[in-house]
Amino acid sequence: MSRAAVRVPLRPLSRILAARRRGEDPAAIERENLRRRHEQMRDRTRRRAEGRLLALGALFVLAFFVVGLRMGMLAASDPQEPRASAGGGSAIIAQRADILDRNGRILATNLVTNALYAQPPLMVDKEAAARELARIFPDLDEADLLKKFTSGRKFIWLKRRISPEQQQLVHDIGDPGLLFGPREMRLYPNGRLAAHVLGGAGFGREGVHAAEIVGVAGVEKTFDAYLRDPARNGQPLQLSLDLTIQAAAERVLAGGMKLFGARGAAAVLMDVRSGEILALVSLPDFDPNSRPAPPVRGPAADSPLFNRALQGVYELGSVFKPLTIALALDSGLVRTDTMIDTGGPLRWGRFTIRDFRDYGDRLSVDKVVIKSSNIGTARIAQQIGAERLRGFFSRLGLLEPTPLELIEAPGARPLWPRKWSEISTMTVAYGHGIAVSPVHLAAAYATLVNGGTLVRPTLVRKEGPVAPGPRVLSPETSRRIAQILRRVVTEGTASLAEVPGYRVGGKTGTADKPKERGGGYYEDRVIATFASVFPVPDPRYVLVVTLDEPEDATGEEVRRTAGWTAVPVAAEMIRRIAPLLGLRPDVEQGAPDRLTLTSN
Amino acid sequence: MRTLFVVLSALGVIGLAFWTYRGNYATQQALREVSELRLAIADLREELGVLRAEWAYLNRPDRLRELAGINFDRLGLLEFQPHQFGRVDELPFPGDAPEGWPEPLGGVLEVVGVLEAAR
Repeated sequence: MSRAAVRVPLRPLSRILAARRRGEDPAAIERENLRRRHEQMRDRTRRRAEGRLLALGALFVLAFFVVGLRMGMLAASDPQEPRASAGGGSAIIAQRADILDRNGRILATNLVTNALYAQPPLMVDKEAAARELARIFPDLDEADLLKKFTSGRKFIWLKRRISPEQQQLVHDIGDPGLLFGPREMRLYPNGRLAAHVLGGAGFGREGVHAAEIVGVAGVEKTFDAYLRDPARNGQPLQLSLDLTIQAAAERVLAGGMKLFGARGAAAVLMDVRSGEILALVSLPDFDPNSRPAPPVRGPAADSPLFNRALQGVYELGSVFKPLTIALALDSGLVRTDTMIDTGGPLRWGRFTIRDFRDYGDRLSVDKVVIKSSNIGTARIAQQIGAERLRGFFSRLGLLEPTPLELIEAPGARPLWPRKWSEISTMTVAYGHGIAVSPVHLAAAYATLVNGGTLVRPTLVRKEGPVAPGPRVLSPETSRRIAQILRRVVTEGTASLAEVPGYRVGGKTGTADKPKERGGGYYEDRVIATFASVFPVPDPRYVLVVTLDEPEDATGEEVRRTAGWTAVPVAAEMIRRIAPLLGLRPDVEQGAPDRLTLTSN
Repeated sequence: MRTLFVVLSALGVIGLAFWTYRGNYATQQALREVSELRLAIADLREELGVLRAEWAYLNRPDRLRELAGINFDRLGLLEFQPHQFGRVDELPFPGDAPEGWPEPLGGVLEVVGVLEAAR
């Protein structure tokens, strides 16, 4: 190489001069040198070519070796189809976990069905197929089907879900172009029961051989990711609802709604300690198996999809009075026997607060609740002051959406005066100017009577005893309020709520409905509410019943107050569900027996 | 001696080869059975799901209520009422029965009948 690098001149001057002196031809020297240079060039080229051939050869040997090795491996191994398996013997059980009630009864499960589709290029007799399909499925149109089959499309979905019987009928048509794709389908075996809690499910992304089920409302949507999580291996979701109690509550409420000609009704039954909701009813309801489309016109509240118990944010009226009184008692401003001025009407600026009827000039604090005096409550609220009352309502969770595990919950925002003036304090104290949902109210009452610890409403079953929440009221106040609520039933506005053996306490509330377009309240449309607790003195359950525009036309005059409408419905409900809750009826003793036995 | 050793070794190799061969096929058979069982389990699970759904559907409260109403003559089922709670000391024991009453604990229905009559 280094020799080649030094280029030898073709006509070296010294040799040419020497040759000339000897009389030789100097061209011979040039030719000789040229020949040598060509030889060098030839050798170099050959070496390079030989190296390339060697490398190529080695590459081929390697390639053949690899091919041979792979063939050997394939020949030595067993043929096996690849198969999806989670390993460890646990196959994927279902695409979506079941939903159970608190006793393990099924509220939602999956069923395998088929979807029907057509591939026109494979079809033998398109006219016959269209005719037969129209006969099997009345909602399909023969002419329309034929048009689709002959339009040159390669693939047409015909039905999302078909039953096994329908599948057999389609099989019997015998057309190779009609094909089935397996589908899992969400089934709610109890139909309309707990429809608003469950919500419903629909298909998400859809392929030929599978389709995704996604929740569209209620717990199905809230727990969508949870239910579909493959890591949980089909573990069901257990709700706090009790199927039997839910069914009984729905039946009684539907009866009451019909009896009083109400537009809608809602009921919430809650465990006062854990905040578990055992029944949540909203009427009218719907069938989650075929969830209706959301309404495009008219108020949302008229749609059966509307959950009145949760989304229905109403001014609930006098049921707020026990809350105000509880705060007054707890902060030591008044005692149950403190006399309050109830002379009326009470004028404040341009507002006038009146009572349903005149209760005289003075009432004791407990009588203010029992007789339901707006004036008395407003006066007590004045003593409490705006900040404290607002702080108390805020601690009870009445100013925020509920933490309930329904996708609709965060949207159900209570309405309350942003500018909380003194007159707001006075009206809010008896439930006017503040609008909350029945679930809010049930949670607040649970907090009030369970010994005074905060309750967070929940729809998921809690295992074991639940640790009490932060303290809101003293146990003493809680006990007093429960007793006052009991006296509302024994001597006050809710006398029809007496259920023998269960010592029901509660408070009625009748609020005029605000006009939809603003401009005051209707004269003849009310929301009647009864918030009840039982059994006093150690309440375990809260039941809130709300009727929308009830009327009792059986008497001489039309009666709309809660005492005549919501209360009897709630009483009937308690009579039905208290035994189902396992509550043993108890004979109330008027006064404790102070006699002692002496020997005679 | 040497021949004997060779023969014995050859026999040993043949024996081991036979054992490996059998073991290999037995393993393959077991694997095949496992996968078949898995498929069977999956099928049964699906069937179980259908049966559970059917059970829930047939036991839905609406239907049971209707059936109780239709068969009221035969079954006499009523809604659960508060007064149906009893105490243990209300239960009659054999020998307690007054003259002319059916012997208690002859059957659950009889006990209920006695309680109803005693009320």
